[in-house]
Amino acid sequence: MKILVYIEQRENSIKKSSLEALSYANLLASSNNGEVVAVIIGGDLNNQLNELSKYGANKIIVCQDPKFEKYSSSAYSKILIDIIKKENANIIFLSATSLGKDLAPRLAAKLDAGLCSDCTSIVIENNDMIITRPVYAGKALIDVKLKSEIKIYTLRPNVFPLKEVTINAQKEEYKPELTDLDFISFVKEITLSKGKKDVAEADIIVTGGRGMKGPEHFHLIEELADLLGAAVGASRSVVDAGWRPHSEQVGQTGKTVSPTLYIACGVSGAIQHIAGMSSSKHIIAINKDKDAPIFQYADYGIVGDVFEVLPELIKELKVFLGK
Amino acid sequence: MKIAVCVSHVPDTTSKIIVGQDGKNIDPNGLTFIINPYDEFAVEEALRLKEKFTGEVVVLSVGKDFVKESIKKAYAMGVDKGIWIKTEAELDSHSTAKLLVEQLNIIKPDIILFGKQSIDYDSGQVGILVAEMLNIPSVSVVTKLEINDNKVSCEREIEGGKETVETKLPVVITAQKGLNEPRYPNLKGIMAAKSKPIQEVASTSVENKIEILKMKKPESKSKGRILGSDASAVKELINVLHNELKLV
Ligand SMILES: Cc1cc2nc3c(=O)[nH]c(=O)nc-3n(C[C@H](O)[C@H](O)[C@H](O)COP(=O)(O)OP(=O)(O)OC[C@H]3O[C@@H](n4cnc5c(N)ncnc54)[C@H](O)[C@@H]3O)c2cc1C
Ligand SMILES: Nc1ncnc2c1ncn2[C@@H]1O[C@H](COP(=O)(O)O)[C@@H](O)[C@H]1O
Repeated sequence: MKILVYIEQRENSIKKSSLEALSYANLLASSNNGEVVAVIIGGDLNNQLNELSKYGANKIIVCQDPKFEKYSSSAYSKILIDIIKKENANIIFLSATSLGKDLAPRLAAKLDAGLCSDCTSIVIENNDMIITRPVYAGKALIDVKLKSEIKIYTLRPNVFPLKEVTINAQKEEYKPELTDLDFISFVKEITLSKGKKDVAEADIIVTGGRGMKGPEHFHLIEELADLLGAAVGASRSVVDAGWRPHSEQVGQTGKTVSPTLYIACGVSGAIQHIAGMSSSKHIIAINKDKDAPIFQYADYGIVGDVFEVLPELIKELKVFLGK
Repeated sequence: MKIAVCVSHVPDTTSKIIVGQDGKNIDPNGLTFIINPYDEFAVEEALRLKEKFTGEVVVLSVGKDFVKESIKKAYAMGVDKGIWIKTEAELDSHSTAKLLVEQLNIIKPDIILFGKQSIDYDSGQVGILVAEMLNIPSVSVVTKLEINDNKVSCEREIEGGKETVETKLPVVITAQKGLNEPRYPNLKGIMAAKSKPIQEVASTSVENKIEILKMKKPESKSKGRILGSDASAVKELINVLHNELKLV
C-alpha cells in the first residue's frame, strides 16, 4: 500500500484538512505495512515544510515555482498524475475542499481510477478499503469500495483526527516539464473576504435564521461568533432575503459543514438545513418555538427569544472570558 | 454556438429516504422526483448563452424511463433538443460520464453545462470527468460566467471568498447556486414540451468502479437537553461550553 496525499496550501499556510488526511494516511499505512508520500505544490513553500514534516509522511515531494503560486487545474493535475505514476502510488487522498473536489475527478479520469467523494470513515477490512460516505444530503449513508487499481478518495474536512508523528521524512524536489498548454485553465485572481472565517473550515459556527428578523440584527450573531472565534452561517431563507451572502449558507444547496460546535439561532431546522449541518459534533439551538424541528437534532437547547438570549449570552461570555 | 447541458433526475429535497429491499439503494416508492436543482441553473445558463450568441441547446440525461421527466422540464424552459441515454443499470459517476462522452463526441458542443453535484449521491464528479475524457478544460462550482470570442472567464466559490478562472472554449462548466435565477416555464412551454419528441439512444456496456456494499440510515441522536426557556439559561449554557464541551 502506497498512499499519496495531496497537501493543499494557500497564502503560505497549509490547510488543516490536508494535515488531517495526512494523519489518517499515516495511521492506515502504519498498521498495514504501507508508505505515505505527501505532495505539495505552490509558489514558495520553504516556510511550510517544517509544519508538513510533523504529520507522518515518509517522503515529501515539493513542487515549487512562482508559476504555481495560484491554482491551475490543468497544470496541478498534470503534475500530480506524473508524480502518482512515478511513485507507483495506488491510493490517493485529497481533502474535500473546493480545490480538492475540483482536482480529484481530473486525476480519476486520467488514471482510470475510481473516486469516492467526501468520505467520512475509512477502514480496512480483509484487505479492502471500506468507505462510509453520506448520500442524499446526509439522510442516508453508504458503505462502498472501489474496484479500480488506483483508488482516489476525498476526505471530508474536520472529520479525521489530526495527529502529530515523528518520522524523518525524506524530502525531494520535483521539477515538472510543462508547456503553455498545461496552463490552459488558471486562476487569475483571488478575492478573499477580509478577516472572515468560512463556514466550511470553521471549528465553531454561529448561524442566524429568519428568527433574527432582519439583517440589522445580525450584529448579535457576529458578536457571538467573534467571542467564540467562530464563523457566521446563515439559513437559506435569510440568504434568499438578501440579508446575508450565499457563501454563508449552510444546507443542501449551501455548504456542508461538520464543525465541533454549531449554534443555530432562530433557525427552524428544515430538512434541507439539517442536511448541511447534521454531522456537527455538538449542536446548540436557540428558538422560541419549543416544537421547532431543530430541537430534535440539538444536544442542548434554549427555548427562548433570541433578542433576550443572545445579548445576555454575549454579555456573560464577555465577563467569563474577561473581555 | 452549440450548447449541451446534462441533467439528472433526483428525489425532491423534502423526501424521506427509506432504504430499499436490497439494502443498497433507496426505495423509490412514494418519492417525488425532480430535475436536480443545480442542473436548473445549468439549463438556465444554456438558454441565456443561446439568447446571447444564437445556436442550439441540447439536453442529455442518462437513466431509466423516468429521467425523461427532467428532459421535459428542460424542454418547458426552452431547450431545443433532448437525448435520453437508456439504461436500467445503477451507474456510478464514471460510467455515467462515459455514456455522456459517447454522445458528446458526436454533438461536439462549444460548451457543456452540468450541475455542481447531483443531490442524490452528492458526488460532484460527472462534469469534470466528462471534460477530462473529452480532453477539454473545465471549471467547477461556477457562480458567474462570461464568454468573449473563445475566451472564458468564470468566478468560482472557494473557502473564504472567490476566485476568477480563465480558460478557453470548448469548455465544461458546473453550475453553483448564484449563477442565475432559473426561469419558470410558461404554460405554452409546458404544453409544447409534452408532445416534443426525445431522441432515444441505447447505452453501451460500462463497468462501475464503485461498488455499493450497504446503505444505512444515520444513527439518530439521543434526545437533547433543554437548558431553560429564557435568558436565565445562559449561565447554564456557558457552563456547558466550558465544562462539557471545553470550547471556552
Ligand atoms: C430545493 C431546496 C433547497 C433548500 N436548501 C436549503 C439550504 O441549503 N439551507 C437552508 O437553510 N435551507 C434550505 N432550503 C429552505 C428550507 O426548506 C427552509 O425554508 C429554510 O431552511 C428556513 O430557514 P429558517 O429556519 O431561517 O426560517 P424559518 O423556517 O422561517 O424559521 C425561523 C425560526 O425562527 C424562530 N423564531 C422566530 N422569531 C424568533 C425569536 N425572536 N427568537 C427565537 N426564535 C425565533 C421560529 O420559531 C422559527 O423556528 C431549501 C429548500 C428547498 C426547496
Ligand atoms: N444520469 C445523468 N445523466 C445526465 N447528467 C448527469 C447524470 N448524473 C449526473 N449528471 C450531471 O452531472 C452533474 C454532477 O453529478 P454527480 O457527479 O453525480 O454529483 C449533475 O449535476 C448533472 O449535470
